[in-house]
Amino acid sequence: MSDCDDNDAGWIFYKDRPDWSDVKPVPEDDGPTPVVVIAHSEKFEDVYDYFRAVLQNDEKSERALELTKDAVELNAANYTVWQYRRELLKALGTDLRSELDYVESVIRLSPKNYQVWHHRRVLVEWLQDPSHELDLTEEALLQDPKNYHAWQHRQWAMKTFGLYDTEIEFVDSLLTEDVRNNSAWNQRYFVHNNYTGWSDINVQKEISYTLEKIKFVKNNESAWNYLRGVLIHDKRGLNGNGLVTSFCEELYRNRCRSPFLLAFIIDACEDAIKKNEADGCHNAIRAIELCDALATKYDKIREKYWKYLSNRFQKYKSENGDNHSV
Amino acid sequence: MSFKTKDVVLSADRPKSLLIPKHADYLASYGLNKDDFEYCMTEYLRMSGIYWSLTAMELMDQTSRMPKDDIIQFITSCQDNESGGISASNGHDPHMLYTLSAVQVLAMYDRLDAIDVDGVVRYVSSMQQEDGSFYGDKWGEVDTRFSFCAVMTLSLLHRLDAINVNKAVDFVLSCMNFDGGFGSKPGSESHAGLIYCCVGTLSICNRMDALKADELAWWLCERQLPSGGLNGRPEKLPDLCYSWWVMASLSMLNRIHWVDKDNLEQYILACQDAESGGFSDRPGDIPDPFHTLFGLAGLSLLGNSSIKRVNPTYCMPQETIDRLRLEPQILLI
Repeated sequence: MSDCDDNDAGWIFYKDRPDWSDVKPVPEDDGPTPVVVIAHSEKFEDVYDYFRAVLQNDEKSERALELTKDAVELNAANYTVWQYRRELLKALGTDLRSELDYVESVIRLSPKNYQVWHHRRVLVEWLQDPSHELDLTEEALLQDPKNYHAWQHRQWAMKTFGLYDTEIEFVDSLLTEDVRNNSAWNQRYFVHNNYTGWSDINVQKEISYTLEKIKFVKNNESAWNYLRGVLIHDKRGLNGNGLVTSFCEELYRNRCRSPFLLAFIIDACEDAIKKNEADGCHNAIRAIELCDALATKYDKIREKYWKYLSNRFQKYKSENGDNHSV
Repeated sequence: MSFKTKDVVLSADRPKSLLIPKHADYLASYGLNKDDFEYCMTEYLRMSGIYWSLTAMELMDQTSRMPKDDIIQFITSCQDNESGGISASNGHDPHMLYTLSAVQVLAMYDRLDAIDVDGVVRYVSSMQQEDGSFYGDKWGEVDTRFSFCAVMTLSLLHRLDAINVNKAVDFVLSCMNFDGGFGSKPGSESHAGLIYCCVGTLSICNRMDALKADELAWWLCERQLPSGGLNGRPEKLPDLCYSWWVMASLSMLNRIHWVDKDNLEQYILACQDAESGGFSDRPGDIPDPFHTLFGLAGLSLLGNSSIKRVNPTYCMPQETIDRLRLEPQILLI
């Protein structure tokens, strides 16, 4: 976004342009504020006074299209400018390919702005051509791997035009770069959920992949969440997958006390209790011990949550009579 | 084991008490500084700016410092006769976000008569799609934020009957993720701001039962960082506005006590600008009305007695919600 006090040389105010002399500028009607207007930025005011005039007269012209560019440059978040620009594009039959290039350049400057991405989407819909969307969003995501707008746009294009083929490789490269990138983990789920599917083989593959990543960085909320997400598709639940259980137990034996590991074991205990599968590894007594360890030592900031869970297991214990102690 | 965390450190000389008179002065003069770069840049969201400022003033019991008559007149002038929707400012196109802000402001002033209510109802219901989702405007952007705007606006007008509530709820539930959270669309990453919108929608529609409450609340608690502040997604920096999105969601889930309240209060207070007044996203940044409202509202949820009680679903004073006889659902634990 350009600065309001841009003093670019050669800039001519709209009010000084002969080809705009037929238009009467419309100042902002400010509403609930006194009329003490001090010139904040002459350029900003000038452009928007003429933009309001064009809007009011519903002028559909090339010069109006150019004017909206100036207005966007001053404030890319102004949705009315973008809406009017689209009206103009339709009315003037403008070449939409050059508009794609234009909005791409604006996205580069303002990648975290709802309006620019929405404009892009409308153009792609009009053209029915998604061939540049993966590259465009990839570029934005390399700059900021968690840019929500870019992810939304990418998912939309993938879903609408079926562009799933190479996505897992892309996600993989992001996770190699930053294994804690929650957006990338989410995208991984998105691809499997919408494209690859959750066959038994795929579930096992994803579990192995995730365990490898956890081995690498153990205290990684996103990876642990993903593991739970994958296990939704494993009929054996959180406690029944041998690979997962032995992985967790080994970490535990090796003195890993990441709150996410302990939380996972606690949830596996609950799953086991609910399915009447409690055993020496997954049972209420162990869950209570882990909750207490979290509350008093490993995750004190969430003490109340762990105490709440601990109470729940106390109830299980007294209801069912837990025979399994560790 | 790696415990690397993105976070901030609170400095020793940070503000530690609530500076109400400063904040009231800051908001009262905000609209007057029209030489501000800020002011000319925010025309496109003026209506929400008014909502943030007025609500903050209401919570501080300083409403009289806002120019009530001008505001009401301004809102009336922003309604589009044709569609019935309300825009951010004069000459702008109507949008769900600003329609909601306008209705919230008028509800607080008890002046809903200042707009064509049937027009608003017509506009909001025209935005609902076959799958239950809502557009933000006629250009067709879909987002769970707009579902929340729709049900909040209509409930304030007692006209929820004008839309298909079941379908609206179904769409929101289709955005639930494997971690129990919600994003903007089906499959979009969980995000605390959007979780607030989705939980709020369910609270208004009385469908909190559909949530995985414990799982979601735990995810929300995980947003708290050692500084006491809350982030909106894993591995992001804390931001004051998440104190609101996260805490309001936890309040509706009736699990607000799961976060460390004292720590969070310290963080919120540290985001005050002791000189100019107002709150910012992180300690030391420039304040704005948006973060000022969410700082105050967050403190209200934490039980600060010098601020009026805020309703977690509507982000409006509880007394307004009571006057309108609205009873958004709070989950029983």
